[in-house]
Amino acid sequence: MSSQIESLVNKEYQYGFVTDIESDAIPPGLTEETVRQISTRKNEPQWLLDWRLKAFKRWQSMTEPRWPNVTYGVIDYQAQTYYSAPKSVKPLQSLDEVDPELLKTYEKLGISLNEQKRLSGVAVDAIFDSVSVGTTMKEELKKHGVIFCSFGEAVLEHPELVQKYLGSVVPYSDNFFAALNSAVFSDGSFVYIPKGVRCPLELSTYFRINAADTGQFERTLIVADEGASVSYLEGCTAPKRSTNQLHAAVVEIVALDNAQVKYSTVQNWYAGDKDGVGGIYNFVTKRGKAFTNSKISWTQVETGSAITWKYPSVILQGDNSTGEFYSVAVVNNKQQADTGTKMIHIGKNTKSTIISKGISAGHGQNSYRGQVKVLPKATGARNYTQCDSMLIGNQCGAHTFPYIEVGNNTATLEHEASTSKIGEDQIFYCKQRGLNAEHAISLIVAGFCKEVFKELPMEFALEAQQLLGISLEGSVG
Amino acid sequence: MSAHSNYRELFDTAKRGGAKDWLPHLKIAAIEQFEAVGFPTTRDEDWHFTSVTPIAERTFRPARSSGTTLTAEDIARFTYGQEDWHLLVFVNGRYEPALSSFATLDAEVQVMTFGEALKEAPELLAERLGTLAPAQQAFTALNTAFMADGVVIHVPKGVALEAPIHILYVTDAQASGASLHPRTLVIAERSAQATLIETFTTLGGGAYFTNHVAEVVVGDNARVDHYKVQREGAEAFHVGTTQATQGRDSIYHAFTFTTGAQLSRTNVYSKLLGTNAEVRLNGLYSLEEAQHADNQTFVEHIAPACSSREVYKGILDGSSHGVFNGKVYVDPQAQQTDGKQTNHTLLIGDAARVDTKPQLEIFADDVKCTHGATVGRLDELAQFYMKSRGIGAERTRALLTYAFAAEVLELIELEPLKLALEGLLFERFIPPEPV
Repeated sequence: MSSQIESLVNKEYQYGFVTDIESDAIPPGLTEETVRQISTRKNEPQWLLDWRLKAFKRWQSMTEPRWPNVTYGVIDYQAQTYYSAPKSVKPLQSLDEVDPELLKTYEKLGISLNEQKRLSGVAVDAIFDSVSVGTTMKEELKKHGVIFCSFGEAVLEHPELVQKYLGSVVPYSDNFFAALNSAVFSDGSFVYIPKGVRCPLELSTYFRINAADTGQFERTLIVADEGASVSYLEGCTAPKRSTNQLHAAVVEIVALDNAQVKYSTVQNWYAGDKDGVGGIYNFVTKRGKAFTNSKISWTQVETGSAITWKYPSVILQGDNSTGEFYSVAVVNNKQQADTGTKMIHIGKNTKSTIISKGISAGHGQNSYRGQVKVLPKATGARNYTQCDSMLIGNQCGAHTFPYIEVGNNTATLEHEASTSKIGEDQIFYCKQRGLNAEHAISLIVAGFCKEVFKELPMEFALEAQQLLGISLEGSVG
Repeated sequence: MSAHSNYRELFDTAKRGGAKDWLPHLKIAAIEQFEAVGFPTTRDEDWHFTSVTPIAERTFRPARSSGTTLTAEDIARFTYGQEDWHLLVFVNGRYEPALSSFATLDAEVQVMTFGEALKEAPELLAERLGTLAPAQQAFTALNTAFMADGVVIHVPKGVALEAPIHILYVTDAQASGASLHPRTLVIAERSAQATLIETFTTLGGGAYFTNHVAEVVVGDNARVDHYKVQREGAEAFHVGTTQATQGRDSIYHAFTFTTGAQLSRTNVYSKLLGTNAEVRLNGLYSLEEAQHADNQTFVEHIAPACSSREVYKGILDGSSHGVFNGKVYVDPQAQQTDGKQTNHTLLIGDAARVDTKPQLEIFADDVKCTHGATVGRLDELAQFYMKSRGIGAERTRALLTYAFAAEVLELIELEPLKLALEGLLFERFIPPEPV
């Protein structure tokens, strides 16, 4: 039976191909000059260069955090390439001009950039190494006043918005990797939803690392103005390479009064082979700030990366604001994940919900690390946390590190955690009803993850299902 | 000059035997360890929510051993009215035979002070002392370096000690500004049984510092019930570490009751080394004003098929600060582990604060481990119900608070102790009925 479980969790990584395309890269190494060069290549205004340099200076004085429950070798920050762009990318008038090689890459990944064959109702920003290669459905969005473009474009076309919100949720000094990102970030997506607008399409960014020895340092900024709402999806893949590549992204979400932002991620970076060779080091800072009556919801399905270090958080700044975190994290082979969330209750009557499901297989190590903090003035705060772990095989580990810090006596917090394996009796029951062992396991895992999958938009739920190699039909709500 | 070097100086001025003897050797290693690690800071993960600065910034001289003026009458209020219990009284860290009473012990059972043990059972002491407690921790090292007196209990194979042993640590005015480093060593051999109560309290002790370490060996099929009642003075500091190891089919039950000290930290650790062992770690902390109490538990499931149960409850009034950190570790070999841990905290005070961190580290797959934590106020529905029965708001709150706490006291199997602690809580929470 255990061999069947193994074959289920040991699905071949199907996005591991390399696109043969000429790239224009800044040579490896990180100095002030690198930061200046990145800024120059992107024709950035002076204020942004200054901001980058401040971040770089700060980064130099910081040390890499080693508190997460993961182990990995020394990262040589001078051996990384910080900027790499496909040579053929020039300012494009339309997507027809995109290098066919690139379009093919995205077709292979199942993301069609061709608007004729678009996924209905989804606008895609495709990011290849350090730059955005194209954004679909721009016209349709423009009609509603929605801005959805690459970060670089936003800096040039909407500098006032970028300047106002950049770093307002994750300051450049926030942590080691956020500082690094602030200094060298290349591209990313920018979203602005105007007052009272409900974004008519799902927005989506697809990140692809292609070049070798290149780090990806994208920065995403989503601003939902008063009463606006948007659902945003993010997907990521990378080729199979035997060296570790660094991915240090920052995502900032601002939900102004009465706004709603839903952010979903399916993270499927290359995880390294079964002996833990290669794979992406995924060190990401994601945080949202929720103002009065607003809501920010994070949903993540984490199946890739050799090392994951990621805590999508919500600062519940305004009264009656809501934060949610739904997560499925799967580790297999030698993967290690230290992931969770932070919910900082500042406003009155703020609410947060955390549902985290961890699955460990092979030699994987999976840690949930979450903080729920209620500040003294956050009267009537409410939190519910549930984190469950499932162990498949006896070489893996599942760990839970919740921090519950309450400074207000009207707060109500509940935290529950459990760790278990797939019960023989559950499998026996399913078999007895005519299901084979593989189906039984699929069913049980699907049930285990159901609460999270039901939060995903439909297209992503399908992808998540494929990622786990498990049929979810009938159980995705 | 740093507090560390002050302690070194105090250590150097104390008289002790040659470094070749095992005890001075142990103590020298301990002071060196203490110097190397220093007092923990809030940057240490294990001390993140508890700052020991108030302890570290002073130098508490070791308590002096002058005769006490306390009488049996003075301490009677701390003995739970149990005359048939074995009672060992320590005043300002020093054993007081005049205040202590030993009911007849089974001839083979040894209950000794440190001094006696050095004479009567030096091999036992040399073999076991300091082998369990986490010597790398600063406070344990400090205790080992300065331990002057303590209790050694040895229960031989198959002997069940009938009457509980009560060790009472009491301080008086002489203890102000002093440090006490009592040490307890309990060895329950195979199939032995013992019940131990350790009470820490004061009669006008002022700002003293108790730094207690207990080592408990629970042999195969043995059972030890270990109660700790911490009612130190309002200005006092208390740090205590209990480390148990458990053999096959053994039971270790620890209960920690905390109402005293301005700043306290109580560690209860158990290592499950034999299969099918059972550990229960329970506790209640009730704080008021600006008190700070930190409870840390650590259960290491090393052997398969062991079970662990933990219930800690807290009531925080005023601007008190409660901390709970419960760690459960499951070794790759510890299959069929069954672990359950809960922590519930009731916040009463407007400025009260709680930080709770239940933690699971699991390396085996065939396990069942859960933990739960809640923080909140009194149930609105229950309050409404009481109101509908004609009970006033204030009394309702008092009764519900008392009930919240009393629930965890139900886990105490030693009836007289349970009643005594219930009495203390009743006095604390239930105002006398208006006539």
